[in-house]
Amino acid sequence: MSMPASRTRKDMVLMLVFTAAVLTMPIWLAPTGAAYPDLLQKFAIYGIFAIGFNILFGLTGYLSFGHAAFLGIGSYTAVWSFKLLTMNVIPAVIFGTVLSGLFAVLIGFISLRRSGIYFSILTLAFAQMSYNLAYSVLTPITNGETGLQLRLTDARAVDAMLGVEVTEGLPSTNLFGLEMSGYPGFYFCAVMLIIAFFISLRINRSPFGLKLLAIKSNQMRMGYTGYNTRPYLLIAFVISGMYAGLAGSLLAVTDPLAGAERMQWTASGEVVLMTILGGVGTLIGPILGAGLIKYFENIFSSYNEQVLHEIFAFLPDFMENIMVGVFQPFVGEGWHLTLGALFVIVVTFLPGGLMEGMRRLRTVFTRRRDKGKSADGKAST
Amino acid sequence: MDAFILQILNGLDKGAAYALIALGLTLVFGTLGVVNFAHGALFMLGSFCAVSLNKIFTISERVKDPAVKFFDAYKEQPYLEIWFGETGTTIIQYSVPLSLLLAIPIMLLFGVIMERGLIRHFYKRPHAEQILVTFGLAIVLQEIVKAWFGANPIPQAAPPIVAGSADIGSWIGLGEAVVYPWWRLIYLAFSALVLGSVFAFLQFTTWGMVVRAGMQDRETVGLLGINIQRRFTIVFGLAAVVAGMAGVMYSPILPPDYNMGMDFLVLSFVVVVVGGMGSLGGAVAAGLLLGILQSFSSMNEVKELLPGIDQVIIYLVAVVVLLVRPRGLFGRKGVMET
Repeated sequence: MSMPASRTRKDMVLMLVFTAAVLTMPIWLAPTGAAYPDLLQKFAIYGIFAIGFNILFGLTGYLSFGHAAFLGIGSYTAVWSFKLLTMNVIPAVIFGTVLSGLFAVLIGFISLRRSGIYFSILTLAFAQMSYNLAYSVLTPITNGETGLQLRLTDARAVDAMLGVEVTEGLPSTNLFGLEMSGYPGFYFCAVMLIIAFFISLRINRSPFGLKLLAIKSNQMRMGYTGYNTRPYLLIAFVISGMYAGLAGSLLAVTDPLAGAERMQWTASGEVVLMTILGGVGTLIGPILGAGLIKYFENIFSSYNEQVLHEIFAFLPDFMENIMVGVFQPFVGEGWHLTLGALFVIVVTFLPGGLMEGMRRLRTVFTRRRDKGKSADGKAST
Repeated sequence: MDAFILQILNGLDKGAAYALIALGLTLVFGTLGVVNFAHGALFMLGSFCAVSLNKIFTISERVKDPAVKFFDAYKEQPYLEIWFGETGTTIIQYSVPLSLLLAIPIMLLFGVIMERGLIRHFYKRPHAEQILVTFGLAIVLQEIVKAWFGANPIPQAAPPIVAGSADIGSWIGLGEAVVYPWWRLIYLAFSALVLGSVFAFLQFTTWGMVVRAGMQDRETVGLLGINIQRRFTIVFGLAAVVAGMAGVMYSPILPPDYNMGMDFLVLSFVVVVVGGMGSLGGAVAAGLLLGILQSFSSMNEVKELLPGIDQVIIYLVAVVVLLVRPRGLFGRKGVMET
């Protein structure tokens, strides 16, 4: 497919702006109090997760309720790579992504035989199976409830072969010697996010992406025109599973442990919410959604009664107490309540997510300006 | 043979819970066409009706303990005991069955409000959005319960008169080994009663007939001058009541915590899909079947043969059924084909 030159240029600008925005996150997020490495890493990682989920849900309309399984597989694989081979993060990320991809081929091949709610239930069933197995029989691999952790006695064969000196405490993950904690860790994830975004942009603009969209709008018609839709769906499913695996292995890179709760279906629900909140089928939306949810999770869950009292200290005493009473159930421990309420409100009133909201705001403003213009025109004639 | 019967009985009680929840899910789906992910939360709310009533009954006062003579000891004595003596104690012991009376109006009201306030706006929306909004609602309900009652399970006691086990083995001449807790037996009978009455209600009353007609062809029923929407709303309330009653009766078996609804919901959905979307009989049959399968797979002999099978059996069955019989075991043609 030939692409209009203006569109390619627009995409290039988008890519440049996106890259700049991601790399300068520590600067422009500083006023919000979110500019510390741990949270920034989460933004980037869950951004990748949501972009990948959007490739499946946004383009094909297939709602998977089991994507957390791939996140978990990615994490476990990465930690095993740290344990057995080397603390270098490159192999961990590659193995995590590839293995998730393989599992996605298997699960996708079976689940994609059905569509609609049946597909959702099938993916959910597979994710729950993985979760239950990780907790019970697979304990030798997953270390059950404790979660998989690094040990001093781990083999690390490649590191040993290369003669990496053995440290006193647990070794940390590194990129050829550069430790992957704090800002270096964030920049590693950020580069991954930029690559992930670029691939997703290319998929969106490609004939393949168009075919996926065609499947979403009318799968039967696609069939009549002679396309066998299943291979396309499977490819989309596998790509999206690999994104989840990449995100999972990055979680292990920034914090080398893996637990089964990462695969629970609430985790699958979380990525759905991120995508919906940002805007299904949009390029930037899922990343925005992921960032917002992780931000709120961090900020809201750290608030407690005392902080609330400080916030409302400017009010008269009785008002202050009322406001604290109103907001207290929604912060700290009760942050999930906010999340659930957000879920309901967004789906009810703004099914297109934040991007839809922005678009609506823009049309409201442009319409107003147009009205102004036409009024001017009348006056002049 | 003894072990066999025991496993079937064990499976039936879990299966009955699945069946009751799945029945509600199917009813809601068949009438309103809505996929309700908050149905598990309704089950959980039912359980917490029992917890609340128990809490209300045991509101107590600190009184001096007359049994301790040497120093001043205090104990908490519920007002009910202070006011009514022995009768009060009995009332407290019967809090679980009594809370059925509380749960029915509360759940009916809650179901109707939920349908009118939220679900109503989602009839024509895609299934994905229905799933998402009800999922959000389930989280909200769960968190409210958690904020109110705490995160720990709160054990509920069955009335002491049914505390022991029924010696089922000797009833049917199988020896002493087959014993089964009385409460579970009551729970089973109760489930059968509820399932039977729901079916009878839909099958043998005019009201139920109209509802079934509406499930077939909503438009025509509407054209005949019947307010089918109102009936469907009531059906939603009814489904909520069924889930709530199941929750109440299940509370002595599984101590209620805020998360129990979610665990049951996922399984009940699998049950609905295995039974066939929109088929009431299928939901019940699949619920019992999967419950029994689960209980068999957790036998030690089976676990030795296939480690971990007890954890995944239900999902495995679901995968196989969906691939072999896409409409589910009892699914009809034309219902949720896509």
